[in-house]
Amino acid sequence: MKGSNAYIGRPMERVEDFRMLRGRGTYVADVNRPNQLYAVILRSSVAHGTIKSIDAGEALALPGVHRVLTGKDLGNKVPVIPLRLQPLPQLEAFHQPVLADGKVRYVGEPIAVVVAESQALAEDAAERIALDIGTLPPIANRSHAEAKRSLLFEQHGSNVAITWKAFKGNADEAFKQAHYVRRERLKVQRHAAMFMEPRGFVADWNEKEGKLTVWGAAKTAWHNRRTLAAQLGLELEAVDLIEVDVGGGFGSRGEFYPEDYLIPAAARIVGRPVKWIEDRREHMMSANHARDIECDVEFAVGRDGRFIGLRGQIWADIGAYIRTNGSVGPRNVAQFMSGPYDIAHVDLKSSMLTTNKTPCGTYRGPGRYETDFIRERMIDLAAKDLGFDRLELRRRNLVADAQMPYPLASITPYDSSTELDSGDYHAVFDRCLKEFDWDERSKLRGREIDGYYHGLAIGSFIEGGAAGPKEEVRLALETDGSLTVYMGSSSVGQGLETIMAQIAADAMELPYDKIRILHGSTSYVNDGYGAYHSRSTVMGGNAILIGADKLKQLVRETAAKRFGCRPEDVIIDGEQVSHGPSQLSLADLSDVPLQVEAEFFNKKYTWAYGTQAAHVAVDPGTGHVKVIDIMSVEDVGRMINPLTLHGQAIGSMVQGLGGAFLEHLVYDDEGQLLTGSFADYLMPSASDFPHLNSITVELKPCPNNPLGAKGAGEGGLIPIGGLMANAVADALSHLDVQPMELPLSPPTIWRLVEQAEAARSNA
Amino acid sequence: MKVEFHLNGELVGAEVEPRTTLADCIRNDFQQTGTHLACEHGVCGACTVLVNGEAVRSCLLLAVQVQGDRVVTVEGLSGDELTPLQAAFRKHHALQCGFCTPGFITTAHALLSHEPEADEERIRDVLSGNLCRCSGYVPIVDAVLEARDAYRKSGDK
Repeated sequence: MKGSNAYIGRPMERVEDFRMLRGRGTYVADVNRPNQLYAVILRSSVAHGTIKSIDAGEALALPGVHRVLTGKDLGNKVPVIPLRLQPLPQLEAFHQPVLADGKVRYVGEPIAVVVAESQALAEDAAERIALDIGTLPPIANRSHAEAKRSLLFEQHGSNVAITWKAFKGNADEAFKQAHYVRRERLKVQRHAAMFMEPRGFVADWNEKEGKLTVWGAAKTAWHNRRTLAAQLGLELEAVDLIEVDVGGGFGSRGEFYPEDYLIPAAARIVGRPVKWIEDRREHMMSANHARDIECDVEFAVGRDGRFIGLRGQIWADIGAYIRTNGSVGPRNVAQFMSGPYDIAHVDLKSSMLTTNKTPCGTYRGPGRYETDFIRERMIDLAAKDLGFDRLELRRRNLVADAQMPYPLASITPYDSSTELDSGDYHAVFDRCLKEFDWDERSKLRGREIDGYYHGLAIGSFIEGGAAGPKEEVRLALETDGSLTVYMGSSSVGQGLETIMAQIAADAMELPYDKIRILHGSTSYVNDGYGAYHSRSTVMGGNAILIGADKLKQLVRETAAKRFGCRPEDVIIDGEQVSHGPSQLSLADLSDVPLQVEAEFFNKKYTWAYGTQAAHVAVDPGTGHVKVIDIMSVEDVGRMINPLTLHGQAIGSMVQGLGGAFLEHLVYDDEGQLLTGSFADYLMPSASDFPHLNSITVELKPCPNNPLGAKGAGEGGLIPIGGLMANAVADALSHLDVQPMELPLSPPTIWRLVEQAEAARSNA
Repeated sequence: MKVEFHLNGELVGAEVEPRTTLADCIRNDFQQTGTHLACEHGVCGACTVLVNGEAVRSCLLLAVQVQGDRVVTVEGLSGDELTPLQAAFRKHHALQCGFCTPGFITTAHALLSHEPEADEERIRDVLSGNLCRCSGYVPIVDAVLEARDAYRKSGDK
């Protein structure tokens, strides 16, 4: 590597910012096609019912209304949405039809699509569609589901879709021998990714060429193209999904939703381009929800403070259908509950319950946020019961460097096993304590200052990344000497263009501003995989390294012909190639772009890891919690861009704090969503959490990929729920307040304080 | 209905339905798509524009309400080079997906134009009317704090 080319590791300011800061980005709502129409989706206002009739006569009578599509217009059978991950045959019964197929199962389920000359007109028309829905008893919670108050899927005979099992060792035997066992019920509330840019599509069907183009792709364009082409009976090559600027994803955006089919299908049926942009209320009842779990868990600890086992049952409320990646969260809660600790025995079942609510999918740190809340609460409770120092108990059980690679629990069905790859968990733990100044701050623990009681907490976490199987790139050395990198990776706002340009610039020893990164659209590479599971840097980045090696070889071969020498005798020095006294610039090398394709395959997850410490102050009179500050230290193996990485860490922490204190998708017993606006669904704002710190270290490069990078960007939020609950418990230790569910809203904490005080006065 | 107003310094006119919001008018009639819509109920602030120098939510205002007014969007606050406020956003990595960013730029511009001495608490208070899902706000506040200097200087002139 040239000295001037050490872009990796530098806090490069982003190339994306120039357009975004000046209002010149192009998001899907900014895309327009000549002669386009607008779609509005009529959604169910009933949680559970049978559609008796749909009368669109009045809607169609409005001038400018072109079409009202219902399930009957979509062929003999309404297409269903297949799973992207864990596509088990036994889950097929729960696939979502793209329009309600005889039955509605949640408030917000698409029933009809109105296509009209303007969005306003389409909305007017949607209001005039007469719907007759016979209501069925809604399943709004676990007790309804278990009592079979009704069945979402009659033929299945139960509201339990599937039960996953995470296992390791022999938990039942181990629990018999345990010195200490504690059993608790814990809950994490339903909330969601809630990215800022509403979802949308613009679809254009070219009848003459038999070609469909759809703008608005994100995250997994190639997978979605396969799904859409199959549903529409088109060849893959007849469908292009185009990624424009994407306003946040966090796991939720870009999965295949009903609208991914409906808008292209509508464009094909009406023969004109169709545009659809959702509004926020619609988003809240249609895009994936997440994290809605409850568990009964047992934690076994030995006399020496060594963790022995985790055992129990998790219930995940997945909503009305299984979404494309709907099993990920419920599986992760079970498989990764042991986190960064050495726990030899695991026996955890995770049952997915169908309910009459919006379906769930992944949201940043899926299952991990929930399971870290469970585990870290159990650890603090054990420390208290056993009289152990919380820090010492954790140190004693963190997986040691010498134990790597360390196997986690396996999970079945759709069997998978994984192992922690590398790490010095203890070093990061101690670094966090030092940076946080734990000892000094501990003097404040339990003290009351101006009505607020102070408390501290610590929590360690692991962050999986780099899902396979592969990522593709195409590198083109242009005739002006610049490099274009076409990638299967997608941008959801994480700064992909900047980071990949850093990697490519270093790999090709070219100036950073000679690199152009194009990503996420299906026309760029044959088969891309996209942006999920913190995979872009590892998968896309390593594919670039492989591509750069191939491109350099091609450059040598091309130059060798010009110089009349052997390729291995050509010297590449930045933008120059030479052989002896002969010299050429890359811009003069070829009359046509020099192109190579490359793939990086990966089977092993990367495991970034870290520790966070927090200081909070709690007003027991109001239940209000002030987050004094949080320190996060994470080892990502190899850092590409500290600026964007810390940005992700801080942003992720605030999302986690939203989940810990504010965000809650609340349903009533009839399955009606009560928090369908930003006035009701509380998001963190600039005044809520001012003091957050993130430090990144590079102690242990990943041994399983050439870059040495570990997927990162989700870690910041993973421990936050547990951390906040433990900090609140520490602050209110004089009352023995023990939060067992999120969110830690003021009324919840106030109630816990009231209960604790009542218990004390009764004692 | 006919409405005329000054958009980024230029007198413009459009025929709009009375129910057309200012945001839709700016975006659809004048293709100024830097103004973004993220909630359409006045909470998130992504659609913030300046009307006669004050930060307002263009999703809560009807186009016909700005008859004769001076409307400035993020495009009107931008040139070929980044402004000091925009450069500070870039330096501090105060944007990720960039969707909320135009609303933060317009809001922060209005604040610093009126109060170039605003302290951190004041800045946080004013920015708390805008939602950002990516950044965690810390870098946005840092960027606005740094940009104060440029507004102080321009105020001196």
